[in-house]
Amino acid sequence: MSATEIRPTTAGVLDTKAAPKPRNMGQIIRWLLLFAGGIVMVMPIAYMISTSLKWPWEVYNVNLIPEEPTVENYLYVLEDGRFYWWFLNSIIIATATTISALFFDSLVGYTLCKFKFPGRTLVFIAILSTLMIPTEMLVIPWYLMSQSFGWLDSYWGIMFPGLMTAFGVFLMKQFFESVPDDFLEAARIDGLNEFQIWWTVAMPLVRPALAALAIFVFLGNWTAFLWPLIVTNSTDMYTLPVGLAGFGDEADVAWELIMTGAAISTIPTLVVFLVFQRFIIRGVVMAGLKG
Amino acid sequence: MFRYRDLTIRQKQIVWAWIFLAVPVLFYSVIRFYPTGNAVLISFQEWNLLGTRTWTGLDNYVKLWNDPVFWKVFVNTFLYLLIGTPVSLLISFVIAYHLDKLRFGHSFIRMLYFLPFMTSAVAMAWVWRWFYQGVPIGLFNNFLASIGIAQVEFLNSTTNALPAVLAPAIWAGLGFQIIIFMAGLRSIPQSYYEAARIDGVSWWTVLSEITLPLLRPTIVFIVVFSSIGFLRIFDHVFNMTTNNPGGPLNSTKPLVLMIYDTAFNSFDMGYAAAQTVVLFTILLIVSLIQLWLLRADR
Repeated sequence: MSATEIRPTTAGVLDTKAAPKPRNMGQIIRWLLLFAGGIVMVMPIAYMISTSLKWPWEVYNVNLIPEEPTVENYLYVLEDGRFYWWFLNSIIIATATTISALFFDSLVGYTLCKFKFPGRTLVFIAILSTLMIPTEMLVIPWYLMSQSFGWLDSYWGIMFPGLMTAFGVFLMKQFFESVPDDFLEAARIDGLNEFQIWWTVAMPLVRPALAALAIFVFLGNWTAFLWPLIVTNSTDMYTLPVGLAGFGDEADVAWELIMTGAAISTIPTLVVFLVFQRFIIRGVVMAGLKG
Repeated sequence: MFRYRDLTIRQKQIVWAWIFLAVPVLFYSVIRFYPTGNAVLISFQEWNLLGTRTWTGLDNYVKLWNDPVFWKVFVNTFLYLLIGTPVSLLISFVIAYHLDKLRFGHSFIRMLYFLPFMTSAVAMAWVWRWFYQGVPIGLFNNFLASIGIAQVEFLNSTTNALPAVLAPAIWAGLGFQIIIFMAGLRSIPQSYYEAARIDGVSWWTVLSEITLPLLRPTIVFIVVFSSIGFLRIFDHVFNMTTNNPGGPLNSTKPLVLMIYDTAFNSFDMGYAAAQTVVLFTILLIVSLIQLWLLRADR
């Protein structure tokens, strides 16, 4: 900032009076260009959905709106039965890990924020330092561990690495800072035990942070690929991304069916986004800037 | 005899803290720290998962150093980073900059840009893979054919495949970066811009002297976040080049795919573990550079 050039001219002051008209034009052009860019951005998603609604004879036409929309592809894919399981597996796994991560991350974040005890800094730094360890480094030992404990090809095997997240601990700790100690002290005097204080007094005050974390953890587990690919063997245990990867690779599968499978694994998160849009964007900013 | 109610308030707090932390501390020890140490340990061993483990010292690292595939993969991994990060940074900044100046229809457009962030990488890899097919299947080549331009080999070409695989990865991350950039732009005090306007400074000077310097923490965050993402690229490569993972001729193979192949196709656990240690080291260096840059800021 030290090198800021200051050029005192009167031109700028005079400009402000003449400005409104060109600025409005500028606004419209800017909007149109950004809109065009936005359309390009959603094109792949639009084509995916459009193709999933096309009959085979129409698939390779570039038109976006199907001439004769059909849900035939969805019926075919669901009748096949595998997508039904993969969808169910993904829902169960993403939901269970989200609940676990929300519970433990906020409990740990709260403890590290509001309790004074020996070892507090050590625990915090230890947990934070795990952010530096990439999942890819852990998959080999996790695989060996799963093998010796018989966790391969099970829900638990897919879920256990994600049951707690260091990022969540950090995020929740930041947000518990804003909960006044007086509230907790008052609850203590009322005779609540520490668990009740956390659950009934502190937790409701950090709901926005919990929601942001929930979205991140759910999306992360819904789209997770590497670990589920490694730990599952049987088709029935696949999650949607793993199932879709194998499904697309089957030689005789047509593109409209692959697009249908892709749509099935994308539409749920898109719907969640469209419903909670403002909320999610606020959450992304919160998590991105605090985390 | 130990009785809870005889403890002081401070002692009770300590008891509660460790009750709350017991399960998480166990989790982080067993699921994070132990495996980290284990990965480093295995990297010094020769082990094919069935036979016995034998201690081989630095053999795996020497093998890696002399492996031409590793160097190819190493270059690829950094190509993903060196193309992906600047391109996505530039696009997302330009969009965020103009979106920030937009006074109407703002949240609708922001939604369009953010939607790809909510998609699953595997699903979108397949969509893009379809786009890249030759005539009469692929959308891009069909479009090129319709305006009379020769076909382009995307995924089958050793030179085009890497950018073609990278494109959807950049595309999916833009929305996130735009949102973060916009939050950064919002946090710049309006009074600076007003002062600049009164002084009649050009938009370019405002951008280079006010906006960009004040955005520095945001830029550092995005650069590091996306760099780590590109260094760990896997889902897109695996799904767009599956008939020949990382192909053609290893031209798209990133380090994580090499780790996956070595560990779960060749079952050469020691060698794969050594590769993960290299990945860890690279990521650590990138993160340390970030810390250093942020510190220089203050």
